[in-house]
Amino acid sequence: MSDLRKINIDGTEYEVPGEYTLMQACEEYGGAEIPRFCYHERLSVAGNCRMCLVEWEGAPKPQASCALQVKDLRPNRDGTPANIRTNSEVVKKAREGVMEFLLINHPLDCPICDQGGECDLQDQAMAYGRDSSRFEENKRAVDDKFMGPLVNTIMTRCIQCTRCVRFVTEVGGVQEIGMASRGEDAEITTYLEQSLTSELSGNVIDLCPVGALTSKPYSFNARPWELNKVESIDVMDAVGSNIRVDSRGGAVLRILPVVNDDVNEEWISDKTRFVWDGLARQRLDKPYIRENGKLRAAGWDETLALVAEKMSGTPEKIGVIAGDLCDAEAMKAMKDLTEGLGIKNIDCRQDGSVLGTGVRQEYLFNTTIAGVEKADAILLIGTNPRHEAPLVNTRIRKAWLTGNTEVGVIGEAADLTYEFEHIGASAADVKTFAKSRSNFAKLFKDAKNPIVIVGAAALRGKDGAALLNAVGSMSSNIVRDDWNGFNVLHTAASRVAGLDMGFIPGEGGKSTDAILEGAASGEIETVYLMGADELDTSKLKDSFVIYQGHHGDAGAHVADIILPGAAYTEKDGIYVNMEGRVQLGYRAIAPKGDAKEDWAIIRALSGHLNKVLPYDDIHALREKLFADHPTFMSLDIAPGAADAAAFDLSGLGENGELSSDPLKNPISDFYMTNPIARASNVMAECSAVIADGDIKVAAE
Amino acid sequence: MADLLQDKDRIFTNLYGLQDWSLDAARDRGAWLGTEAILSQGRDWIIDQVKSSGLRGRGGAGFPTGLKWSFMPKEVGVRPHYLVVNADESEPGSCKDRDMLRHEPHLLIEGCLVASFAMQAKACYIYVRGEYILERQRLQAAIDEAYAAGLVGKNACGSGWDFDIYMHHGAGAYICGEETALLESLEGKKGQPRLKPPFPAGAGLYGCPTTVNNVESIAVVPTILRRGVEWWTQFGRDNNKGTKVFSISGHVNKPCNVEESLSIPMKKLIETYAGGVRGGWDNLKCVIPGGSSVPLLPKEICDTVLMDFDALRENQSGLGTAAMIVMDKSTDVVKAIARISYFYKHESCGQCTPCREGTGWMWRVMERMVRGEAETSEIDMLLDVTKQVEGHTICALGDAAAWPIQGLIRHFRHEIEERIDNYRVNKPVFVEAAE
Repeated sequence: MSDLRKINIDGTEYEVPGEYTLMQACEEYGGAEIPRFCYHERLSVAGNCRMCLVEWEGAPKPQASCALQVKDLRPNRDGTPANIRTNSEVVKKAREGVMEFLLINHPLDCPICDQGGECDLQDQAMAYGRDSSRFEENKRAVDDKFMGPLVNTIMTRCIQCTRCVRFVTEVGGVQEIGMASRGEDAEITTYLEQSLTSELSGNVIDLCPVGALTSKPYSFNARPWELNKVESIDVMDAVGSNIRVDSRGGAVLRILPVVNDDVNEEWISDKTRFVWDGLARQRLDKPYIRENGKLRAAGWDETLALVAEKMSGTPEKIGVIAGDLCDAEAMKAMKDLTEGLGIKNIDCRQDGSVLGTGVRQEYLFNTTIAGVEKADAILLIGTNPRHEAPLVNTRIRKAWLTGNTEVGVIGEAADLTYEFEHIGASAADVKTFAKSRSNFAKLFKDAKNPIVIVGAAALRGKDGAALLNAVGSMSSNIVRDDWNGFNVLHTAASRVAGLDMGFIPGEGGKSTDAILEGAASGEIETVYLMGADELDTSKLKDSFVIYQGHHGDAGAHVADIILPGAAYTEKDGIYVNMEGRVQLGYRAIAPKGDAKEDWAIIRALSGHLNKVLPYDDIHALREKLFADHPTFMSLDIAPGAADAAAFDLSGLGENGELSSDPLKNPISDFYMTNPIARASNVMAECSAVIADGDIKVAAE
Repeated sequence: MADLLQDKDRIFTNLYGLQDWSLDAARDRGAWLGTEAILSQGRDWIIDQVKSSGLRGRGGAGFPTGLKWSFMPKEVGVRPHYLVVNADESEPGSCKDRDMLRHEPHLLIEGCLVASFAMQAKACYIYVRGEYILERQRLQAAIDEAYAAGLVGKNACGSGWDFDIYMHHGAGAYICGEETALLESLEGKKGQPRLKPPFPAGAGLYGCPTTVNNVESIAVVPTILRRGVEWWTQFGRDNNKGTKVFSISGHVNKPCNVEESLSIPMKKLIETYAGGVRGGWDNLKCVIPGGSSVPLLPKEICDTVLMDFDALRENQSGLGTAAMIVMDKSTDVVKAIARISYFYKHESCGQCTPCREGTGWMWRVMERMVRGEAETSEIDMLLDVTKQVEGHTICALGDAAAWPIQGLIRHFRHEIEERIDNYRVNKPVFVEAAE
């Protein structure tokens, strides 16, 4: 940093970058703690709570340290650096004053407040407040507002910090929360008390420094100190958001984000946050065998013996499909087992995409999620990132907000929370893009850091291969030695891990679509679904279906045998996100009933098949995984542009006719994309209220 | 001090609207005389002249106008410069800008051209208070006249300078008179003050360099430049130069606006122009000298105090907008200040904590004190609360809400105490059960 300024904090001189705020300078250099309510690192500066006041010696009044930059400080008259005091009498008095003002109209109902125990107001009142109130008047009460099925409001507690307003406006991209009225009548409300429509709305609950906005589904469920907290990885999409799973007595009670600047920053989507009630419903807790059209509970030995019998049939007549939520260990165990049995009809791409046959960059989000912010031209092809990966969408919006990034879309034009140029609707428009007259095409050609984001769902079947080829030969400037602008946006948490380990049809094997067709025609007799539910299960009516999974959803409905597995909160597991970032998920609670961790079921099955897999615990399994597929070893790192130089774009896919049918986005209902979400009451309510546009109007 | 200001030295010769407001009449009175010559002297000359005239902002804070102008970037970069005229006159007691808008609009428009030229602003916005309907129509008519006469618009006044002037109509919120809240409002947002820095001269309207001036500060500039700094500086004491329009209201026989020299004794001002205090000078209780937001002054101080920035500041009050609210001995001063507290509670924007919460608290305590329904110790508590608000807010509204109460307690504490004592006389003393 070149622009260093001298500043004296609490009697010690420091050299601080000029663009730092006083708050940053005091905390990072001076080691002081500055209390704050309205200030948040990832939102614009409001400077309205006045809690962070510090003394600038010589200035007539104390200064809001969150808003004043070091370079705006004038040196003292004698030329010595400006003196900042964070612990003087003036500061103490100012903080006490602000704290008292915040509390005079606050209901002080901590004993019945869900925020109790993790409340900024509570903590800071202890640290910086007066011991008692001098306020003798009646307190103000504020009507609660309806903000939808997720956010509970107790607006009397609100301290008008406007963090929620700034979040939904800046990050969420929907202008739905605002401050109405003025003075002490100022109230935070949604427009006409309509439901929030942002898929990130739950984050306002975390942002709210008091108990005004709390989680509706979690209301009055638990106290934070009673909860068992485990940091893990989310599987609702392929972002791999870092989460903390809070549980008590074997039940997940809430899910919160964990900061990871490279992945989810500090946010998670509403699906990630509120899906937990689905973990307690529709669960498969015992092995089942279908007899005379009815499922009967059975023991593990009996069930596995039957599965082994079916799996030892002709390998060509057996198909295995891995679903969207699988951990890498389970897929690895299954892959080893099928190799042992000679089964080649295996596929982890239940959406039917053509990815995974070439180099790794072909199917990764190579720019990395954080790298999107550096892009100056973003072309979206056949994807709606707002629904498929909300936290990638926030990055695109962030880049767009700077004013230096333009966005173009080929495919369905949806409300993405930012403006874009709609270039075309079909795959055929990709081929004509370079020659098209659109402004964006010109911009893209001259862009320094252009990126293409292709939805994995657009890459299905023969058309998919042709589209992949067209994207690859579209523009040469998206890949260079230090920049890889080719990105595939996956929607499934398991996909990249599956592709990394080659969980795709072997030589002459059948892919997902072929397995389904085969099952319908009788070519395939046995289908093993590992948590695969997003399929056309009507084609499986005549085949013998083994379903291994944790929720009674589409797959279980057609199953002849059910093997109860563990959901993502119930097992340790490796997940690889769309960037190719390997992350470790941890077990927060035990699997339900007799259910087992998925790799263990397959390991047990291998025993029944007399093809015992060479690992007795998950560590041994991981060692084998690392040995066979070294990419799994680089934990928490995304390859990014590492091998960009060697990446030949033009060789992607197969040259072919491009369809002029409109590209369809894969997700029609954001809240209903996987078995856990479909089992969740909260998600069902969101789907009804938000997705269907059935929004309560104030007058009703 | 010197004699009274003579008519020949008045800038606003049609302050009372006795003559026509329109362009021809204004020209007869001297407006738009030699404007082109003024502009041809160059921008540095204009700013230097305004600087050396010692003109201090007439909107309340009294910041030197020339200095403020000189904060604008010397060269126009990619971002255009703007001049914004604050005609959102909402201070209780103040009504000087109103008379200028409706009777002397051409002095203002001419001032806008000169000031904009000096700061290289191609556009000027005049933000008129929401309640000023007639004034708005009058000002717009005057702007139209000026356009028609080629005084503003392309090649304004034949100077080669293209200049546009727009009138914007507020919606009637006191806070929009705060310069950054005014800019927010002008941009179409909710009128809430911005954090400073950045100051408007760096990033103001639409993020561009902007100067915000009061109507009077701008309207006097052409006359100063025409008649010269020498002429202007013969009025008033050092650091308080020039003439000023005073608004005198309250318990006087003839409430009025009057242009006088700064540093005129308050007593002389009231007795000469406002017909004296109702019931004679000895019936005076106190005066709020600068609009509702400054501390009041009791009669002992009013006897001798001079009406200028520094003299009033020495007496722990301020000149503000020079809107004097005179109260005679029949006034319930506690109630008067409580009413002012209510006003600030009502007008607080609610953005920052001390003002949002503090103004309501102060008003409620004041209301109890009006009835005497309080403890004597609460007077000190109230004073402490005003200190907690003062200086801790984003804009000056917090200060403005705190000062009247501080003034009241400083000078009339005995009245509050008396009232509290009286309230208890002959009232049974309740002893709480637990005691």
